[in-house]
Amino acid sequence: MNIISINNLIKDFSTTRAVDNLSFNVKKGTITGLLGPNGAGKTTTIQMILDLVTPTEGTIEVFGLQMKNSREEILNRMNFSSPYVSLPGNLKVYENLYTFARLYGVKNVKEKVDELADYFNIRDLLPKMTSSLSTGQLTRLNLTKALLNDPELLLLDEPTSSLDPDIADRTRKLLKKIQKEKGVTILYTSHNMAEIEELCDTVIFINKGVLKDQGVPSELVKKYGRKDLNEVFLAIARGEE
Amino acid sequence: MRHLYLYPRSIPRLMDVFFWPILELLMWGFLSLYLERLNLGNLNIVSLFLGAMIFWEFLSRSQNAVSVAFLEDVWERNILNVFVAPVQISEFLTSTLLLGLVRIGMTGVLLSVLSFLFYHFNIFQFGIYTVPFLINLLIFGWVLGLFTTGIILRFGTSAQVLAFGLIFLIQPFSAVFYPVSALPHAIQWFSYALPSTYVFEGMRKVISVGTLPVQDIILSFGINIIYIAVVIFFFYRMFAQVKIQGKLLKLD
Repeated sequence: MNIISINNLIKDFSTTRAVDNLSFNVKKGTITGLLGPNGAGKTTTIQMILDLVTPTEGTIEVFGLQMKNSREEILNRMNFSSPYVSLPGNLKVYENLYTFARLYGVKNVKEKVDELADYFNIRDLLPKMTSSLSTGQLTRLNLTKALLNDPELLLLDEPTSSLDPDIADRTRKLLKKIQKEKGVTILYTSHNMAEIEELCDTVIFINKGVLKDQGVPSELVKKYGRKDLNEVFLAIARGEE
Repeated sequence: MRHLYLYPRSIPRLMDVFFWPILELLMWGFLSLYLERLNLGNLNIVSLFLGAMIFWEFLSRSQNAVSVAFLEDVWERNILNVFVAPVQISEFLTSTLLLGLVRIGMTGVLLSVLSFLFYHFNIFQFGIYTVPFLINLLIFGWVLGLFTTGIILRFGTSAQVLAFGLIFLIQPFSAVFYPVSALPHAIQWFSYALPSTYVFEGMRKVISVGTLPVQDIILSFGINIIYIAVVIFFFYRMFAQVKIQGKLLKLD
């Protein structure tokens, strides 16, 4: 079953076509990498899925529903995390989590926050000011917030960028654990190809808003006759396919 | 809720709700007492100035609460987190308006009590009309707040100066401390287009002549209804435009 179905998606900004007739599906229960060089259209695509940007043409279905008719239902069943979006630093950690739990209509707010705080090992951070957290702690907090509503779909925009290798590795293990234990479908963007090879069941390459290729990472490496996914990325980004 | 967490421990917010209004009350109160001592005819100077000042605080705080609540989420880079949550625009707008109500409630009670203690000024001397006066000012503050929020949505934080400055553009024309007749004839039409003008003119009628300004209240309310409908439509349009242009991520 496809959690996300994108068909003939186009997005024009003034004189630029950021997304050009893009079509792909994301299967339920998978971790799918959305890859491409800077300016490829990854973030724009994710923002259109989240209804933060209105497509020029084409359709996006999430859980078989369209945003214009079922916005609240869709957003209730998914969540989002990005290092470029912050939680208010002048609130305490538990205040941020309580606020967002209520925004998502979570029933037993305290119990849910406590459960996730133990899961992500941030219980001792709950009374602290969000602005005092380290980058790694903020990443765990963002993931905690992203799971408050028990989402079926998680959109993660470069979740390990600016993390040191140790914290990045722990984050990836956490994501694998979330996917395995909670059955969450994850759409993941990253520039770290080793991370993508480790995490993703399938990858989708886009460049200049156009779908270039998609498939299982190991099969793509074989298909392009390259050493690893990083070289496949470079070949596609440089038009050397 | 996210904003109310901050008030007990945020000095700037507490100053905004309590400190600055008290300073204004002291300044205008002392000025009023001084002018009263000058014996300028039969005018009740204290009531005129203090009443105007307190009512003005209701209007400016109402506008400020709406605009600044939105801006804080933009400054904190939290606005996307709000818009990817299953929150309708109407719920977002309602919550910011209710926050404005809470804030001016706190400021209003404080100023009313202190002005009575210091200057024997009773905000309820306007009788039952105090309530519709204040409601009209609250609504107009919301109109201005939503308007500035819509502009900031469309043009980003480069327009945030409006959140703090627009209200002062309105002040000279709202006949806050003087009647509309004191303004040049050519611009009086603009005064009469503002719901706040009728509130301040009505307040002066109660103090100086003792008449009850039912017509002023009805006119103010009628204009407010039109403006609130227009500004809500405007906000929705600005939000739709921002999504088409992909600028929600680039507000700051």
